[in-house]
Amino acid sequence: MSELDLRELNNTEFPIPADMQGNVAITSLSKLYNWSRRSSLWPMLFGLACCAIEMIATAAARYDFSRFGMEVMRASPRQSDLMIVSGTVTKKMVVPIVRLYNQMPEPKYVLAMGACASGGGPFKEGYNVVSGIDKYLPVDVYVPGCPPTPQALIYGMIALQKKIDGQSLANMDDVPWYGVGPAEPAPVPILGPDIIDPRQMDLIRRQAEMAAAGKTFAIRNLPEPIKVEKAAPKAAAAKAAVAATDDPAKAERLRKREEALARKRAAQGQNAPAAEPAGEAPTPAQAAPVAEAAPAEQGGKPKFDKEAMMAKIRAKKANKG
Amino acid sequence: MTDNAVVEQTDTNAAIAVLKEKFPDAIQDDTREGYQGIIVDKNKLVEVATAIRDELGFDYLSSATGVDYLGIGDHLEMVYHAYSTNGGPALVFKAQTPRDNAEIPSLIDVWPGADFQEREAWDLMGIRFSGHPNLKRILLWEGFNGHPLRKDWKEAYYEQDHKPFDSRWPGGHVYRAEERNVYGKNVAYPDDLDLSTLNDVSEESIYSGMGLGVSVQNLGNSEHLQTDRLIVNMGPHHPSTHGVFRMVVSLNGETIESLEPVMGYLHRNHEKIGERNTFLHNMPFTDRLDYISSMGNNHGYALAVEQLLSQGARWTPPTYRAEAIRVLMVELTRIVNHLWAIGFLLNDLGAFFTPALYAIAERERILDFFEATAGSRMMCNYMRFGGVFKDIPERIKSVANLVNDMVRDFNTMDYLTELINERLPRAVDELDQFLTDSEIIKTRTVGVGYLPPEMAIAYSAAGPLLRASGVPYDVRRADPYSIYPELDFDVAVRYNGDIYDRYLIRLDEIRESIRILKQILPRLERTHGENVFGPKQHTPRVPLGEAYGRVENPKGELGYYVVSAGDEKGPQNPWRYHVRAPSFINLTALGEMCKGHKVADVVAILGSIDIVLGETDR
Ligand code: SF4
Repeated sequence: MSELDLRELNNTEFPIPADMQGNVAITSLSKLYNWSRRSSLWPMLFGLACCAIEMIATAAARYDFSRFGMEVMRASPRQSDLMIVSGTVTKKMVVPIVRLYNQMPEPKYVLAMGACASGGGPFKEGYNVVSGIDKYLPVDVYVPGCPPTPQALIYGMIALQKKIDGQSLANMDDVPWYGVGPAEPAPVPILGPDIIDPRQMDLIRRQAEMAAAGKTFAIRNLPEPIKVEKAAPKAAAAKAAVAATDDPAKAERLRKREEALARKRAAQGQNAPAAEPAGEAPTPAQAAPVAEAAPAEQGGKPKFDKEAMMAKIRAKKANKG
Repeated sequence: MTDNAVVEQTDTNAAIAVLKEKFPDAIQDDTREGYQGIIVDKNKLVEVATAIRDELGFDYLSSATGVDYLGIGDHLEMVYHAYSTNGGPALVFKAQTPRDNAEIPSLIDVWPGADFQEREAWDLMGIRFSGHPNLKRILLWEGFNGHPLRKDWKEAYYEQDHKPFDSRWPGGHVYRAEERNVYGKNVAYPDDLDLSTLNDVSEESIYSGMGLGVSVQNLGNSEHLQTDRLIVNMGPHHPSTHGVFRMVVSLNGETIESLEPVMGYLHRNHEKIGERNTFLHNMPFTDRLDYISSMGNNHGYALAVEQLLSQGARWTPPTYRAEAIRVLMVELTRIVNHLWAIGFLLNDLGAFFTPALYAIAERERILDFFEATAGSRMMCNYMRFGGVFKDIPERIKSVANLVNDMVRDFNTMDYLTELINERLPRAVDELDQFLTDSEIIKTRTVGVGYLPPEMAIAYSAAGPLLRASGVPYDVRRADPYSIYPELDFDVAVRYNGDIYDRYLIRLDEIRESIRILKQILPRLERTHGENVFGPKQHTPRVPLGEAYGRVENPKGELGYYVVSAGDEKGPQNPWRYHVRAPSFINLTALGEMCKGHKVADVVAILGSIDIVLGETDR
């Protein structure tokens, strides 16, 4: 399904006479249409931060993504199909980014390159950083990495090509740009005391009223941070070490107690409520993949056992051999 | 280099003695533990600064930054580091002001290079500079709520003052910051937010500094304007601005009358995040400052913290091999950066991407080496306090080639020898041969963007920009660090101060770097097997005090001002972590350089400064 190659063109459901093979091809309009689009994805020449350097490296001689039909980087949004958000999206910058997106003609795609564009990345907590471009624009492909290697970026773009292959002209949901009219532009955020998303105006207003009335306002139950006992203080550890040298029986007792504690902690960790889904925020599911990947039960992981781990690795190696 | 007689005097103590004699009431020694320099009465600041510049010969203001001592002395403090362009250590002087209505006289008349740094201090720290002609926010937008580097200012995702956060460590529970915020994103509004009077003034304020005397609203029907005056916005999305940089240019016909750089589109809050992080935690963040030369950034930060650590009891300085590896990495980085700069300067001149492709071809070789050593192509995170985190590998295996998926396997020393002795010199010669005598390049660049040496010093320009104007100032020689004193190399210097010379000086510097690298190779052979990192410390205990570590980064002098205020047992986080970013300060002179040139030259002049936005905006 993915490629439109010669073999496929010649072996269709409709038999092509032998003498005409290679001269006549039969395919569906959707396939032809998708093939031409996927093979001429023009990205916008638009770099934000460090990831842009890797994007340029991807375009340069060694990795050369023009091999996949993406070579023509256009500086003008009017001429581009794909916005590669390559870097940290700041509050100050998201305003022009949304404007640029609105200026791109449909069909248009957004690829979030790197941790920053996908979910805020290393700078997520910063006061001027937007936690992922998907808070403002719909994203088609996320490429993880900080920065993603050129290979990863090419992989992401191939993933986008696959997505295009899957779209059908017969399905209006796939190709809404042939529908009633131009799409609604994405609302451009406003720079007030902090950045204001016009879609959240109501929420902000309600919140301000509540604040004026001296009440706190919560739209969802915030998960309680799990209280974890601090690790045994240093003094105790030192004591344990001393005990180990002095009195083997006592050391054994101490070790057992430790293990019991660890088990208890693990059990607590599992009972803790899992993080709730993102609620009302206009957040596609993929935001902050890192955060979701970390389940609560890590809380009371038993101590790292180097010996056991080494044994495991050795076994694995042996299996491979 | 200034017109005034320069006292051949860079001895800081003697200089301070002279100052004390001259201003007996205005100057005090800074006696806090671990601090250096003097505290100047802020009412006398301008006079003292003038004396420091003219009479003592500290003619170069390297860094000016604010510190908020909330809870320690409850004052705000501006810290200035002045150097002599003849070399030698810094004269550190400070001025203090109460936190409410903080105000300090501006030093812009003494050193115009203080311009952007004072605007930054106003923006982030809330210190007003009386006498500054254009004091408005520089990194954030006009209308932003508060001054974020104040210690009592909390960001929307605020969790705790210091990392590691209790919720994550040692338990390891992670939740998304969005879930704790009512809006589900990184925003917080003041309680008295009134949406009905909400007014986005961020754009208007940009134009208000253009010397037009009118606000944007009445541009259309104003009588103050001449008909042929035109304002052109370049950026933040522009193919030639090396990132999200914006220039507002006021044109008379096609000639530039004034130019205002607008930045902050990549302001990622390095310093606020850095003050929540532990000392070691900041190392990977420094990679992302000047993201083309991450090794150099690592080095500067390591030097700054090592200055503090060396005051402590348990301190083992880096071994010789570690120093040699550092120099190896940093000089390779310099080559990467300059190749990149030359390639993209040509891009800016209109030679779209072909020269750049040739220029950055060899970069991939160097990045392969970085990847094999540090594990990442760009964000190396390689240096540690007291060494580097890992020795260079015996062999380099590269699977990076997509076309033929073959594994290439080299002996590292052979690889480096070939790279340094053959490939890199060949690459430089190639660029030299194709570009240097090109008629078009000469026509576009010779005499364009002239920056006279006095002005370069006054504007605190650094790096190739300063040296192309005829000032032979290189931190590696002027204030030596690491093993540079024993290495044989020349400080590249050119005298015409135009774009062409800035291009040539980068070629010179690559050649000098290759010269250094050739001396490093035998040192690496000799020290083979030596340790590169002392005893591992995950949370190094940093003694009290301040430190300013600076290195000659490819783009200019990169400095880190670090203050440690926690005691030995408390949280091990920098109280203040400031980056003196060469790209940022070099831009101060951009407006001057562009005046009188045509609009097409702006892009080339900007390209010749060689900025990177990660560092400019931080
Ligand atoms: S993901 Fe990493 S490399 Fe990319 S922009 Fe963010 S910090 Fe830079």
